[in-house]
Amino acid sequence: MNIVVAMKQIPDLQQIRIRNRQPILDDVPLTLGNIDKNALEAGVNLRDEHGGKVIVLSAGNENIEDTVKEALAAGADEAFLVIDDSLDGAESSLIADVLAASIQQIEEPSLILFGEGSGDNYSGQVGSRVAEILNLSQVSFASNIEIKGNQAVVTRSLEDGEEIVQIDLPAVVAVLADINEPRIPSVTQILKAGKKPKEVLELDELKVEAGKAMVITASNLAPETERKKVVVKSVDELIQALTTEGYVGR
Amino acid sequence: MAGLLIFSENNGLALELVTAAKSLNAAAVSACVINNDEQAQALASTGIQVYAVKNNDLLMADVGAIATAVTQVADKAGADTVLLASNRRGKELAGRLAQAMNAGCLTDVAALSIEGDKILCQRNALGGATVATQCIDAANKVIAIRPRIFEAAAEGGTGAVDEIAVDVKKSGVTVLEFKPRAGEDVDIEAAEVLVVVGQGLNSQDDLPAVEELAKKLGGEVACSKPVATDKKWLSEERIIGLSGKKCKPQLAILMGISGQVQFTVGIRDAKTIVAVNSDENATINQMADYIITADLHDVVAQMNQKLG
Repeated sequence: MNIVVAMKQIPDLQQIRIRNRQPILDDVPLTLGNIDKNALEAGVNLRDEHGGKVIVLSAGNENIEDTVKEALAAGADEAFLVIDDSLDGAESSLIADVLAASIQQIEEPSLILFGEGSGDNYSGQVGSRVAEILNLSQVSFASNIEIKGNQAVVTRSLEDGEEIVQIDLPAVVAVLADINEPRIPSVTQILKAGKKPKEVLELDELKVEAGKAMVITASNLAPETERKKVVVKSVDELIQALTTEGYVGR
Repeated sequence: MAGLLIFSENNGLALELVTAAKSLNAAAVSACVINNDEQAQALASTGIQVYAVKNNDLLMADVGAIATAVTQVADKAGADTVLLASNRRGKELAGRLAQAMNAGCLTDVAALSIEGDKILCQRNALGGATVATQCIDAANKVIAIRPRIFEAAAEGGTGAVDEIAVDVKKSGVTVLEFKPRAGEDVDIEAAEVLVVVGQGLNSQDDLPAVEELAKKLGGEVACSKPVATDKKWLSEERIIGLSGKKCKPQLAILMGISGQVQFTVGIRDAKTIVAVNSDENATINQMADYIITADLHDVVAQMNQKLG
């Protein structure tokens, strides 16, 4: 049983600065989506229990060869990478075409794991699109995954309850951040990660029929915040301010 | 835009989508309803055409089958745009439906407007650091709208309810069990005042005092994600942030919160923000109206005492 974990290369969100409402992305280091790391951890745990391999799948610019080492250090066995500058920040529909074509080249993928949303856009479309392209069953917002033969029992965590669903494999599952606590790789694991097998394809080698871009971004600016930023020295002063604002003593 | 179709399994959110749809000047607005007579009646009484699918083999848990059904209804309704709710079911469906309809898709949309023939959508980007204004440049569009952005549509008119048959293949999805969320029925999105605790809170034993303060202010207790998911001191329903709730209270008192954008995106629309943090340089102070540099536990105790 092979488990594919799709991971997205994103800028390290903690290090994005805003200037004149514009995000400054120059020199911001790249990392993998934080919920994608939960998906990887879930995949590694299932492999440890059931055998097989964990294959990290990612599409992006040439930096992913380096960025993916983080995942190989954290327990993945192999990487399958599709590299093209046009894939950097590409919209969900194009990435889904590329990932679905890649999955078709991977031997016996039983489970295809995603995070519930990418760290940067949190749009949550790619897993669902891939499931539709490959005509597979899917469960998103998964808080638990168990493999039972050629089926999986997955808990879908909804606003009003937990739905426990049995699905035939292969299937697409997108996990919640609370499903586990991703491991932090040791130095030895990081050093060994560079030696793990990687299959690297250029986009034109994949022969994918990627559709045209369908989403246009008119602007992307930090929201304007006009706050008073009044420093109060004591709780009395705070209560006075809240009284003036009408929140206390109504 | 030709026609516009709305769909949500949630009755309240479906009524919000009617309001959203009516704001978009569509030629025709109709609704897809799946195995839900009550919802079909409620939507028809807002004056829109309802296409009711009745098929007991069609499970809400089977997202692929639901996408197929909604695609077929959109086709019969002559709709090129589908509005969904961006709750969990709606968001999971969005990508799959978009793929089935060969549509462009935007989820978690927080504002809609019309410019010429374009629907401009606003949504958070870069983990909430920015707000992007985007539109879909494709013949078919799927837009998932965050709950509570629009009011529920009021009654007005009588739309027709037409039963419609869909052709859906049997799939490998079975629901074994549904466990309703036990315990708390708290709605932090509806609260006018929120007292929000972060990782500066020392222990679970300090929560009763925070709850007392929230009660005195007529509000609820909410938290940043780690307080619920890592420490498990509060339930998930109380999480504020990118992957939690986005709240717009009148007053938010943020206690022991550093101010990472994944959190602040969920509270930055509050009318008044108070930041309580022991670090005078905490990032959160940049987005506060009132800043007090003090230990949150002392502030909670004093406020409880002084507010009687």
